[in-house]
Amino acid sequence: MIAAAHRTHRGYAAFVIHRLSGVGLAAFLPLHFLALGTALNGEAALDDFLRWTAHPLLKAAETALVVLLTAHLTGGLRLLALELLGWRDWQKTAVAMSGGVSLAAGLMFLLNLGVP
Amino acid sequence: MSVRSETRLWLAQRASAAVLALCVIVHLATMVYAVRGGLSAAEILSRTRGSSAWLAFYLLFVAAVVIHAPIGLRAVLREMTTWRGRSLDFAVVLFGILLAALGLRAALAVFA
Repeated sequence: MIAAAHRTHRGYAAFVIHRLSGVGLAAFLPLHFLALGTALNGEAALDDFLRWTAHPLLKAAETALVVLLTAHLTGGLRLLALELLGWRDWQKTAVAMSGGVSLAAGLMFLLNLGVP
Repeated sequence: MSVRSETRLWLAQRASAAVLALCVIVHLATMVYAVRGGLSAAEILSRTRGSSAWLAFYLLFVAAVVIHAPIGLRAVLREMTTWRGRSLDFAVVLFGILLAALGLRAALAVFA
């Protein structure tokens, strides 16, 4: 079946990840802006918010967001290269690089959380 | 929406993506560096407040997001749902205005 066959292609996985990460980031952005806006109420208000984010579950969520952002960035760069530069021969490499760089960014963020 | 308008949206999406690519790389690098040793409001605001260069950078970042995100959401909603027409265009413009207001407020709160 053609409909099932295209879903096994790496390009399809990259397309789905790009879409899902984009929607996730669009949903997160207003909350991120609202959180930063607490600084308008002074340092104490921002500190209260930062203390709330110190929970391990929220650190895990932050790390996931870093991975989502990097996945959307690298997936987007791949799309720009495909559409504007016509680089089609190295699609599989580009998809693999997108995944690798995204995970590496998340790992760097996670490792840096505990560095004094 | 006319073909010409759709083409303009496609171009705006790609142009804003190119700006965002640079902004996100700088933002990620700054963030990974900034979380070392934990975050405190005093530490963050002492580094950010009064910095015109960073304020200009993040205002550009917000402007690119305000163009990019609503156009992207519109494309996803048109592909994944049956929602079309003026009501969809109005909804994503409204989302863009919300992002612009909150983004501007956040940038001024942290960098001005």
